[in-house]
Amino acid sequence: MSTDVATAPKLTAKDFATDQEVRWCPGCGDYSILAQVQRVMPDLGIPKENIAIISGIGCSSRFPYYMNTFGMHSIHGRATAIASGLKASRPELSVWIVSGDGDSMSIGGNHTIHLLRRNLDVNLMVFNNQIYGLTKGQYSPTSETNKITKSTPMGSIDHPFNPLALAMGADATFIARSMDRDPKHLQETLKRAHGHKGTSFVEIYQNCNIFNDGAFEIFTEKGTKADEVLFLEHGQPMIFGAEKNKGVRLNGFTPEVVTLGEGFTADDLWVHDEHDIFKAQILVRLFDDPRKPGHLPRPFGVFYQTDRPCYEDVMAMQLEEAVAKKGKGNLAKLLRGNETWEILG
Amino acid sequence: MSTSPKETTVLQDVVIKFAGDSGDGMQLTGSQFTNNTALLGIDPATFPDFPAEIRAPQGTLAGVSGFQLRFSSNPVFTPGDLCDVLVAMNAAALKANLKQLKKGAKIIANTDGFDAKNLRLANYPEGVNPLEDGSLEGYEVTKIDVTKLTREATKDFTMGTKEKDRAKNMFVLGYLYWMFDRGMDSTISFLQEKFGKKDEILNSNIKVLQAGYNYGDTIETFTTRFKVEKAKMEPGVYRSIMGNQALAYGLIAAAEKSGLPLFLGSYPITPASDILHELSKYKNFGVRTFQAEDEIAAIATAIGASYGGSLGITTTSGPGMALKTEAMGLAMMMEIPLVIVNIQRGGPSTGLPTKTEQSDLLQAYYGRNGEAPMPVISASTPADCFEVAMEACRIAVQHMTPIILLSDGYIANGAEPWKFPNADDLPAIEVKFKTELAEDEEKYQPYRRDEKLARPWAVPGTPGLEHRIGGLEKQHITGNVNYEADNHEFMVKLRQEKVDKLAEFLPLQKLDSGVEKGKVLVLGWGSTYGAIKTAVSDLLAEGHAVAHAHLRYVRPFPKNLGDILKNYDTVLIPEINNGQLIKIIRDQYLVDAKGYNKIKGNPITRTELVEEIRKYL
Repeated sequence: MSTDVATAPKLTAKDFATDQEVRWCPGCGDYSILAQVQRVMPDLGIPKENIAIISGIGCSSRFPYYMNTFGMHSIHGRATAIASGLKASRPELSVWIVSGDGDSMSIGGNHTIHLLRRNLDVNLMVFNNQIYGLTKGQYSPTSETNKITKSTPMGSIDHPFNPLALAMGADATFIARSMDRDPKHLQETLKRAHGHKGTSFVEIYQNCNIFNDGAFEIFTEKGTKADEVLFLEHGQPMIFGAEKNKGVRLNGFTPEVVTLGEGFTADDLWVHDEHDIFKAQILVRLFDDPRKPGHLPRPFGVFYQTDRPCYEDVMAMQLEEAVAKKGKGNLAKLLRGNETWEILG
Repeated sequence: MSTSPKETTVLQDVVIKFAGDSGDGMQLTGSQFTNNTALLGIDPATFPDFPAEIRAPQGTLAGVSGFQLRFSSNPVFTPGDLCDVLVAMNAAALKANLKQLKKGAKIIANTDGFDAKNLRLANYPEGVNPLEDGSLEGYEVTKIDVTKLTREATKDFTMGTKEKDRAKNMFVLGYLYWMFDRGMDSTISFLQEKFGKKDEILNSNIKVLQAGYNYGDTIETFTTRFKVEKAKMEPGVYRSIMGNQALAYGLIAAAEKSGLPLFLGSYPITPASDILHELSKYKNFGVRTFQAEDEIAAIATAIGASYGGSLGITTTSGPGMALKTEAMGLAMMMEIPLVIVNIQRGGPSTGLPTKTEQSDLLQAYYGRNGEAPMPVISASTPADCFEVAMEACRIAVQHMTPIILLSDGYIANGAEPWKFPNADDLPAIEVKFKTELAEDEEKYQPYRRDEKLARPWAVPGTPGLEHRIGGLEKQHITGNVNYEADNHEFMVKLRQEKVDKLAEFLPLQKLDSGVEKGKVLVLGWGSTYGAIKTAVSDLLAEGHAVAHAHLRYVRPFPKNLGDILKNYDTVLIPEINNGQLIKIIRDQYLVDAKGYNKIKGNPITRTELVEEIRKYL
């Protein structure tokens, strides 16, 4: 390996692009996510060859073809499990998983929760567009109830998942939300995810302009964004609104919106603490339907972060411990076993 | 060694069945007797046969757990068809096994297991006790109240009656050790290892074991004791080994000999779980075992590990294979090494989880969407699992392909003496990772192939070889996604050719025994090995023109198999399924092969096979 890393020219976003034509529909939110990932990668300081991007099936899962790193476009729902095997056996690699709401919450739901509880040091990006795009427009496990789609002409009767609450329930150690339409925020969130040692669960609101156009408009577009989105900052009171005059306070265990200056000051507000598991449980529940009057704003940013040993590290430690206790494996001894007998010629 | 005045008769060959309730410890009793047998250099073959429920209703026919053991001074290849000795711990155990006794066989019955309640549970009519009604006249019955004698032997111990009764199997074992003129050291050291720090349990068990031995020595039951001399086996140092254990050792050996770290992704399932248990013990060999959340994740993690340059393995049984199917297709499409082990059991669906069957061959051959050919290799005996596992790994890494290894419950749980190899003599498994671009390569071409049609293995972490693979159709050489009609057809045929070509690198098929040309060739695969070998050798001894060929390589077949088949009037294919290999043989060689199929969850016996072969002589 080269030792003069310092003098190696810094990579650029371009170095992470491949010669393959990007084939998402024009206007798809995936373009922005790809651009942000390519922009962030050079800053992470990881040699390109040490990055592996594993995806499942779905529009989002074409992602690896467009990243000039090691990559695998696997099968539906299993990227998390494949990435687990890769990371468990090659802890030094930087492993990124690209998945969608169907891939990670529906067909791959089981592997997602088990990845989170095992806490391998990988980054899981869930491109949530609340629809099945690749199969042309059926409702997904994150689609809102009553959604009219090709498979639900009278409206979906499924109750949707709240992805972050699901991640919280599976004891994820890093939980964040960002959006395709806010490049800066997405870049910052991805950097934070990379910086976290453990599984980073990042939900990215992504617009499918063909089958579910505008699903997140209220959170992403200029006119409404400021009043609907609460950007979380660790140690800061939860203030939002175009005028920066609205805040969220905790009334007991119940969050409520208050207006600053109308009997409340910033000191009365809920101060975000990323490491508070109890408050994080409440925070992920700020999931109101934005059409509902009096609804709470939708938070974006890092909801929760904690440190817990990573599966692959403990696994490696056990191997070392076994060698320390029993000595390095001796094949001849193993094959011979404890009891033998001899047949003489 | 005996102080007994009783006379000792030397026997050639003995079949014992230990039968009792699932909680009676018959498996342990059987395996202890087996070890003791093997250590004396007598050749044993075993057949554990137990219910799927951990504790089926006590005393019922469904709850009978059996362990059949044959030992002989000649090499044995099957656990025997009919038993010389039956240990029946209760009425149900007798009833379930009576059909499998030789005329005049010895029955050792625990009378306590024949009380009114046990007789009722075993569905004997009211008032009927087979031990009393003369129905066992043709047998030599020894009645022992094992429960009472066990309690008597442990009367100085403070533990409860329930705990004391657990040692009943030791009494029986001690009695059998006396009967067969054995020392008991192997079991005493086993007990010491097992109960080392629990003095009371250890000492009571040893006491009961000795009590059983002394009981035989004291009472006037058999007028003779029996002895089986050492088997005339190939000279060398032997140990006893079970199938799943041998398979695990084979995987470890392959990892050592290839220099690749072993990674097992697995989900517990009978009868494959013991491979997971076994490999989990060898972390000091660098073995990583990952108990996944389900069968799909189990194979997926192995694929991930293999992608990263480990020796990726997944182990399961039939229902698990069904779940892994899609991921197998992915591994095939990505052309990465992977060993998929299927310890077959009775199917379909959950089927007969603890019984043996060979009914997943067509699944292994054809059970994937699209044209997804994959090599298939099969183990024939417990010890054979070692070599087959090593060979599967070799093929996977050298030919860049997933491969299916078929074993079954009978092999997995069976034990046999193993003339284990010298570790240094095992062949190295050469693995070449791609580390840099070839001179004529501007950009890495992940689907460029060598003479074996294998593509390069370039793992993450290798500078300059960044590339993408996946389940979508690949363009020849570049590996780019490609949907063109001609490319697809070309690639489908190329992947088939790659598997077919493997035959050029495999040893030729040999006859296991028999004549080169003749009346009947018995063609087998898997655990029918012992029965076929024995049946054919008996018929050869009678002067018949028969032969036995047993397949290790099932896909592709050895190059010369077609020529061998032509040398016989009849090709007979015995299988523990409804006819699977026979379909493939007929398809590939247009041979009018005949089948002999038994689908009862039991191995095929020598006797029934001899009868079947005679039909074609």
